[in-house]
Amino acid sequence: MKKPKIEPQGRPKLSRRLFFGSVASGAAEAAILTLPGAMAAQPAAGQAADGEMVRAVLNINGQTHSLSVEPRWTLQHVLRDRLGLTGTKSGCDRGECGACTVLIDGIARYSCLTLALEAVGTQITTVEGLLHGEQLGPVQQAFVEEAAFQCGYCTPGQVVAVEALLRKTPQPTMEQIREGVSGNLCRCAAYNHIFRAAQRAAELRKAGR
Amino acid sequence: MAEETVKPWVETKIIGKPIPPVDGYERVSGAAVYPLDVILPNMLYGAILRCPHAHATVKKIDVGKAREMPGVRAVLTDADPEARVGWYAAAGFPMPGSPMVSRLFDPHCRHEGEEVAAVAAESPQQAWDAVRAIQVEYDTQPFVIDMEAALKPGAPAVQEGGNRARGFPGTKRGDVGKGFAEADVVLEETYRTSCLIHVPMEVHGSVAQWDGDRLNVWDTNQGPFGIQSDIARALNMPLSKVRVISNYMGGGFGSKQEAGKYTIIAALLAQKAARPVKLFLTREETFLCVGNRPAHIMKLKAGVKKDGTLTALQLTAMGELGAYPTFSMVGGQVGELYKCPNVLIDETQAYINAGQQRAFRAPGYPQGNWALEQMMDALAEKIGMDPVELRLKNIPTVCQSSQDRPYTSIGLRECLTEGARVFGWKDARSRPKGDGAWVRGVGVASGLWGPGSGPATVIVKLNPDGSVNLNMGAADLGTGTKTMAASIVAEELGVPLDRIRIENADTGTTQYSGVSGGSKTVAADGPPVRLAALEVKRFLLEMAAEQLKVPVSDLVFQDGAIVAQAGAKKLAITDLTQLRQQQGIVGVGRGRFVPGGKVVRSFATHFAEVEVNTRTGEMRVLRMLAAHDSGRVMNLLGYRNQVLGGFLQGLGLAMTERRVMDSSTGKMVNANFHDYKIPTAKDAPGEMTCLPIDPHDTECNILGAKGLGEPATVPAATAIANALHHAIGVRVTAAPITAAQVLTLLAERKTRG
Repeated sequence: MKKPKIEPQGRPKLSRRLFFGSVASGAAEAAILTLPGAMAAQPAAGQAADGEMVRAVLNINGQTHSLSVEPRWTLQHVLRDRLGLTGTKSGCDRGECGACTVLIDGIARYSCLTLALEAVGTQITTVEGLLHGEQLGPVQQAFVEEAAFQCGYCTPGQVVAVEALLRKTPQPTMEQIREGVSGNLCRCAAYNHIFRAAQRAAELRKAGR
Repeated sequence: MAEETVKPWVETKIIGKPIPPVDGYERVSGAAVYPLDVILPNMLYGAILRCPHAHATVKKIDVGKAREMPGVRAVLTDADPEARVGWYAAAGFPMPGSPMVSRLFDPHCRHEGEEVAAVAAESPQQAWDAVRAIQVEYDTQPFVIDMEAALKPGAPAVQEGGNRARGFPGTKRGDVGKGFAEADVVLEETYRTSCLIHVPMEVHGSVAQWDGDRLNVWDTNQGPFGIQSDIARALNMPLSKVRVISNYMGGGFGSKQEAGKYTIIAALLAQKAARPVKLFLTREETFLCVGNRPAHIMKLKAGVKKDGTLTALQLTAMGELGAYPTFSMVGGQVGELYKCPNVLIDETQAYINAGQQRAFRAPGYPQGNWALEQMMDALAEKIGMDPVELRLKNIPTVCQSSQDRPYTSIGLRECLTEGARVFGWKDARSRPKGDGAWVRGVGVASGLWGPGSGPATVIVKLNPDGSVNLNMGAADLGTGTKTMAASIVAEELGVPLDRIRIENADTGTTQYSGVSGGSKTVAADGPPVRLAALEVKRFLLEMAAEQLKVPVSDLVFQDGAIVAQAGAKKLAITDLTQLRQQQGIVGVGRGRFVPGGKVVRSFATHFAEVEVNTRTGEMRVLRMLAAHDSGRVMNLLGYRNQVLGGFLQGLGLAMTERRVMDSSTGKMVNANFHDYKIPTAKDAPGEMTCLPIDPHDTECNILGAKGLGEPATVPAATAIANALHHAIGVRVTAAPITAAQVLTLLAERKTRG
């Protein structure tokens, strides 16, 4: 694992939150810190300066986004509220429901439990990134064909979870499918159809769709 | 076209087939913008400070520090005159005569999570920082969180009038005393269910934006028109100036049928800050403040003759109301699922210091079913009759709880017989249960639900290129309302589904519909869609008759074209000159569709096979079958999805879900998905079968479809409980069934010998 390279600019003041955010970015190649002059005042003892911003470069769906973030912002918050990628949903904000699942370097991860700074230097894929242009990807296509949702709110997370599963296990057994989506809650309980969709998606991928 | 001349279809090309959801692309691609996804220019984020105590009075609030915090643009408390908004207990479902029982930030906090103050700030993090900086002095008061304790003398009063509240009106039919005297076997048992939380995946909330004196609200709900009324009433505004938009919504299950306090707070914060405000609850808040399926204690006494004839049913039920008045209907099935001449039902409710109940997928019915259908099982055992046989013996012929009016259709018998046949009931029932630690059993339970209807108006616009725009007010909860509507248009006009675009659930641009609840959306909104399409068809034929110079009576509409009956002449829709000239035809369907003099009910029978570990008490559901008479199947794919999902919600009631309150603090201790366990992918039985039973109802409405969403949950939990009893011979009467309960009961039986 590469050591995160932090390049302070201006007058860096590493607060505890910033420190936490940076250290947590284990896989990060570069987290460039910038403190706007107005924000660079001495923070109160024991807490980060409110609104303290640092520069983050994120690779999302193959595109580079460079933006200022608070170290405490989660990847979910940045995706949804700062970049408008609202396909990634928010269901619990504490790593229990899976609605915010994204791929980080191909692995399914909860974006609400991932700080934006942690994701610096990784390849992030959201449900929007599974489209081929305006065309649905095979997992998405399978979810439509099998009606693998009702309200559809957990669906982007389910789709990403199945995508992660099939990348690792192209022909999964039913048990592997259950395991693969077990971190994604569906209150409509469309699980039976989600299982069918995962099987159908495996077929579609095999057929090169 | 007059409604009475239109009959349900005999044959269909699209209706009833497995149809993928018409809004599937949007939902799987991330393109669908749910209310929680709405981002407006210049938008602020709101957050609510909630009372941390079970029962307290707010003595003093200091918002000085919060107001000065970075990014804070508005703070709202009860001290603000505009926040003195009167609040109905249950905007959607007030008990008759319910008074205005509290206000927006009521200083009397009757449960953990009551609204105390609110903040709008530039970011959600800043809003929460500011909420945490508000200093509140509370005068804490004694609390009560147990319904039995609440009704004891000297219990802390949750409401000024005392803790006893009216329940749903009871039933008195015949003479239960006489009925019990006639019985060969009389059993009495007390059944309990726990308090369950809806927790739809999209949390509750609103985005409010003012445009002068007009208010736009993006809100996640089951029917924008009801929310519009609630907002207009709370803020004293004309309906025309309140627009509510809910094109997509992430689940409701009954908990999103009314405006939340959060809706009004968002509007007031937005007004104060003169900027749009997005205010959505945290997951934790949704466990506390936006409804639940109340716990019930149900004492049921039943009498049966040796031949299986029911003679009397007496139910005394108590429901855990929460802190404000509303109701659920526990007695409904006891009063009419089986033929029984002597019935006495008494329902009461108790106020406790906890969040208010809201309708939850057949409010009261799964609870009542837990009592009635476990009792039926116990009666069958006692008289040595097969549980399916006992139920078949008591199928009603008329609706006994509605002056013996006939049903438009009743498929309960077929649900039982066909369900048993396909499930392999007889074999499974007599199979050896296993001699190791794991033993198996099968159980059955039936249920019913009275699906609603309601007025709705729908517009179908046929464009000159043959494509269609459909405009309807109904919210699609994920039940497939849009797909159902598009299918009806496709069936009538021969327009392919992918050429139909639907606009729905927006009070500013779509026509009136009631709430998508009560399993009524197909029955309420489907018929107007069909009438609108038929009107379009009639206009088309008139145009064609003029163009072809033949009488209208000589023309028929076939596969999207107009054909002269002689067959000699045929006109495609796109060939109609007048249609091209006027750029479209608009058909309007409206009305309220209820059968005269008859009662509409949906019926269901669920079967379950479970495996129980007699050493650890663990239980798993191996397979299930759900036979449903909801009339015509509108969409086979959506139907199965509803039924299997509904069963799994029932599995939650039976096995995994329970609100846990801390008796020392009166606070909920499991207000999160880690500790409050909704069924996951791993809880789904390996084999799940949905068996539609269509009794070809020609009287319920012009579709022949009755309503499905709620009945899918009604008997599920009880079928599982009955299967457990079949497996190990002990009966768990208190839901959820836990390993500890199973082991305790097995140990007790061993001790007793």
